[in-house]
Amino acid sequence: MKTLSHRDAEWRKQLRDNLSARERTALPRAKMPMLHPSHRISCNAEVNCGLSDEQALAEATRCLDCPDPQCVSGCPVGIDIPGFIKNIQRGNVAEAATVLRQTSALPAVCGRVCPQERQCESKCIYNKMKKPAVAIGWLERYAADSQRSAAQSSEPECIAKNGKKIAVAGSGPCGLSFAGDMARRGYDVTVFEALHEIGGVLKYGIPEFRLPNSVVDAELDALRAMGVKFVPDTVVGKTISYDDMMADGYHAMFVASGAGLPRFMGIPGENYINILSSNEYLTRINLMHAGTEGFDTPVPKGATVAVIGGGNTAMDSVRTALRMGAARAMLVYRRGEDEMPARLEEIEHARQEGVEFMTLANPVEYLADQQGRVRAMRVQRMALGEPDESGRRSPVPIDGAIYEVPVDVVVVSVGVSPNPLIPNAISGLEVTRRGTVAVNDSLQSSIPAIFAGGDIVRGGATVILAMGDGRKAAEAMHNYLENNTL
Amino acid sequence: MNKIVAKEHFSENVVCLKVEAPLIARSRRPGHFVIVIPDEKGERIPLTIADSDREKGTITLVVQAIGESTRKICALEPGQYLHSVTGPLGQATHVGKVGTVVCCGGGVGVAPLLPIIRAFKEAGNRVVSVLAARTKDLIILEEQVAQFSDEVIIMTDDGSYGQQGLVTQGVEQVIQREPVDEVVTIGPAVMMKFVALLTKKYNIPTQCSLNTIMVDGTGMCGACRITVGGKVKFVCVDGPEFDAHQVDFDEMLMRLKAYN
Repeated sequence: MKTLSHRDAEWRKQLRDNLSARERTALPRAKMPMLHPSHRISCNAEVNCGLSDEQALAEATRCLDCPDPQCVSGCPVGIDIPGFIKNIQRGNVAEAATVLRQTSALPAVCGRVCPQERQCESKCIYNKMKKPAVAIGWLERYAADSQRSAAQSSEPECIAKNGKKIAVAGSGPCGLSFAGDMARRGYDVTVFEALHEIGGVLKYGIPEFRLPNSVVDAELDALRAMGVKFVPDTVVGKTISYDDMMADGYHAMFVASGAGLPRFMGIPGENYINILSSNEYLTRINLMHAGTEGFDTPVPKGATVAVIGGGNTAMDSVRTALRMGAARAMLVYRRGEDEMPARLEEIEHARQEGVEFMTLANPVEYLADQQGRVRAMRVQRMALGEPDESGRRSPVPIDGAIYEVPVDVVVVSVGVSPNPLIPNAISGLEVTRRGTVAVNDSLQSSIPAIFAGGDIVRGGATVILAMGDGRKAAEAMHNYLENNTL
Repeated sequence: MNKIVAKEHFSENVVCLKVEAPLIARSRRPGHFVIVIPDEKGERIPLTIADSDREKGTITLVVQAIGESTRKICALEPGQYLHSVTGPLGQATHVGKVGTVVCCGGGVGVAPLLPIIRAFKEAGNRVVSVLAARTKDLIILEEQVAQFSDEVIIMTDDGSYGQQGLVTQGVEQVIQREPVDEVVTIGPAVMMKFVALLTKKYNIPTQCSLNTIMVDGTGMCGACRITVGGKVKFVCVDGPEFDAHQVDFDEMLMRLKAYN
């Protein structure tokens, strides 16, 4: 793996010698070209347009190619970051994409949705110099996109098939990354998906303006080219049981069925009409194309939409509401803006587009008209107290500070809990008290031939952490099947 | 894509379809439902499975044309395809030997009731079935129901067939003349609400099977949430069958109108 982009390679030494560190660090960080906010909310087109060749070259030049690159330790899947960046700098983008593919099944996705500012970029040496980090995420996207648009095939070579069948439950980022790694090791991999489209949260959840479906489809095609099979409309544990699979000759199964169940707050009036979970709201629009001419699925379109929560899904929902024509789209969050779990870029984009941030506010009750349609929410004003177990300052209600805000549509985006469907369907599969699948350090469950990862184990995390689990589980399952060791 | 292999008209707006779905036919049990997408631009709607044939690999769906999606499904002819069928979903009906069971169904609710009637009969219960509809032409599956029932009572609103009156009157007749150990009800939400009110009065355990708005059908969206015994439940994964005495039918009736 290292040979492709070894730091001691002659070409990399030359790149380092060509320009002094002082000259490199004097270069400004690239600015991502993006659509104008007023245009964005009139359509669903992707906001970030991607770096130009010149921008990417300049940004790649900024990277100092550190002898002990900390960025790699900040990446949950351990991408050889200087390796791909230096390949961009020397003009070999196809090679850069190959370096990415070795560790990530979905580089074009990660380049768009990873919270780089908390991962790789937070570890970049530039931070120590009080300068903006190298734009690793944007360069990752650049390399993955250039390779795709040039239709260059730089797929990693698949080794010979070993004849062992592996089933994957769930086609989200965790299942896909696992499937890619196992196919690369020669396994015959079939991915089962409950919905009618492959891609899990990448399709039903993350909106087109942040992650176009065409990007996901290209990644799926790459996996198909490696021999991965996809079966939609199939609920593992319902349509086919684990026992059916074993009888069909599968050697092992990986459960990556996601978090699933949306959480509600349990406050009065929450079941009124036009109060939806973010899962429902986004699925109707992203997966079912509600609001697009000719499609049957309806979705409530309000003039005043409130989204409850402060995570990426809340941000996706509130920005979607603007695109669905809301005149007023509010994000209601019980803590302050600094405590929001959403990515900084999403918060900035939302603000540019006109999202109203109602922070330190928490709905306590909904009021409805005579038909049961929500017409207002009663909101409790909050203050920040002592830090809680998450390390963030906890919200404390201010006595008597309750006010009413008129709303037509409310989207509740306060987290998810694990889907009980697969845990309930496989007898002997141990679950934790929280309902997640119990696994050991190698992501192996209480049933030796079943491994699990992603949100069904973590209970709600990010695309990249799910992908990291997929990689880890693939390695562990391979060791288990090859040598009976983990 | 799932092929329609047979179609029968039960009435003007009610059709019975046999659909190719071998894996579902193999694993379904009474009470299970499927999510159907009529065509590539269609929505995902839940339909209870009425029957299945493991050998032929088909499931039976009885569909009443009431909205855009059900109209599309009812218009399909043998040889044509549904865009997608996923399942079997939900919890299967809990069937035990309890004694005398009254199974009451209204309209197309009789279709998903049939496998439950059969299962209760096969478990050794005395089964009295009460079938209700607005008028004679809308009474469906009477012969099949009779095959697995000790007695069948027919109720029509207009008195054109059986007795004139509501389903609750038919159920109450049975309760008043003999001990009833359990009631199962499937039909329009408002009908199930009144059956539940009646049996609560007599303190007879009652199961209902709910059909709410759904998108994925696997617990992911929460569109189907209802209140049962003061707690929020998802019909798709916690149901579709619940203790009818605990269900907040008024809230459910309200939520069913979300997209009207």
